[in-house]
Amino acid sequence: MRNGLLLVAGLLVVWQGLFAFAGAHALSPPVDTVLYLGQLLGTAGFWEHLAETGRAFGVALVLSAALGLGIGLPVGLNRLAANVAEPMLASAYAVPKIVLYPIVLLIFGIGLPAKIAFGAIHGVIPIALFAMSGVRQVSPVLLRSARSLRMGRAQTLRFIVWPAALPEIFSGLRIGFSLTLIGTLLGEMFGSQKGLGYLLMTAIGLQNIPVIMAVTLLLVLFAAAMSVVLLTVDRRLRRG
Amino acid sequence: MRRAGLYRLAIVAAMLATLEGLCRFGAISAFTMPAPSVVVRDLWGILRAGSMAGAIVKTLADVAMAVGLSVVTGVVLGVTIHRWRGLRETLEPLFATYYAIPVYAFYPLFIVLFGLGSTPQVLIGFMLGMIAMLTSTLSGLDRVPRVLLRTARAYQLGPLETARRITLPCAAPFLVTGVKLAVSYAFIGVVGAEFIMSRDGLGYEINFAFNNFDNGIMYPLILLILLLSAVLNMALHAWERSLLARRGR
Repeated sequence: MRNGLLLVAGLLVVWQGLFAFAGAHALSPPVDTVLYLGQLLGTAGFWEHLAETGRAFGVALVLSAALGLGIGLPVGLNRLAANVAEPMLASAYAVPKIVLYPIVLLIFGIGLPAKIAFGAIHGVIPIALFAMSGVRQVSPVLLRSARSLRMGRAQTLRFIVWPAALPEIFSGLRIGFSLTLIGTLLGEMFGSQKGLGYLLMTAIGLQNIPVIMAVTLLLVLFAAAMSVVLLTVDRRLRRG
Repeated sequence: MRRAGLYRLAIVAAMLATLEGLCRFGAISAFTMPAPSVVVRDLWGILRAGSMAGAIVKTLADVAMAVGLSVVTGVVLGVTIHRWRGLRETLEPLFATYYAIPVYAFYPLFIVLFGLGSTPQVLIGFMLGMIAMLTSTLSGLDRVPRVLLRTARAYQLGPLETARRITLPCAAPFLVTGVKLAVSYAFIGVVGAEFIMSRDGLGYEINFAFNNFDNGIMYPLILLILLLSAVLNMALHAWERSLLARRGR
């Protein structure tokens, strides 16, 4: 807690320092940005953008989780399938997925489905990778004791594999959460008429610094807060 | 492992064949996507004509710059922070949540601050790559056995000698993982930033072709990006594996 506060204070000092260095044409200072964000949050138009992004992100997250677990869990159970799939997924993870955006737009057209698809493309790979490695890393001792207890396949999966792999699966979901958010926002930056990403993109075009700063602050705050919550759960799961 | 490799090849080949079939028989219209064979032919044509040479060089140079900065800064900061316990504890929450923050959200600011040249893109690549290098350096230094460091002190080795003979070899696999991540992230950052807004580079060219409905350029360039990142990733993966294998012996 103390470290967190120190860190936030440090970042605020750096921010204020940057403002003093770069000037008002480049960025707005912390206090003004917070005030402006409060102002934005008081307008109905901003909430429409927020709701649009929230909707796209929510659906994309559910899709990423369902697809990622749907791929990762069964593939992880089979050694050969996992050996085949792992490097492919790892390569896909390293691809700058933004270049696939035109293809997504050509397939889905402009609008909500394209954003959702683009968010899901980002989230699904880490979720699948972590689920796979979680299932693979279940200790052989546990599996052997399951066999000696004559547990059936369903029981082994339910009582051994799932709880043993859960921390790793959750880590995947945590990383998938942030990547899906990034993907959804990127999806909104092009070929979109609503959402926070669209708002950012138009603000760049108009050189509207207060809007850029306020939206960036809101996104960073949301991402950091969610990440802290998920990390806490993650650590608790790992401690068992 | 060899069998897995063959399966992998077969899967990729089957996917390509399906895609080719779908395109050839009109299930996917040429406006959406040209057939893979056409894309490969177009890419070959573009590479031979050299029309994209400038963009390729620009993107790779920016990535190299971002990686270089990331590795040097990451290692230097990593070593410093490793020494300084209080600082590390304060910064730990930042490292843990760093990759949850959409770095691209800062890109507009960088454009305002530095203009539309290469700097904002290199900076985004650096921001993504540096923290990976830094955290890898920290975990590498954590794994150096205390006994070895004490042995070094017993033999009265200087700091340089200790680094060369003990710290570096022990931390090497983690450092290589860090470099691997830094390369991937820098590549993602630079190309992504180019795509969002810039004046040149592969990301820019793809966006430009897209806005002009020029599938004859867009798809080959997307393929080029996929190939580049796959080749980079596989080469670094092989390097990492060979280091780990040497250590296992």
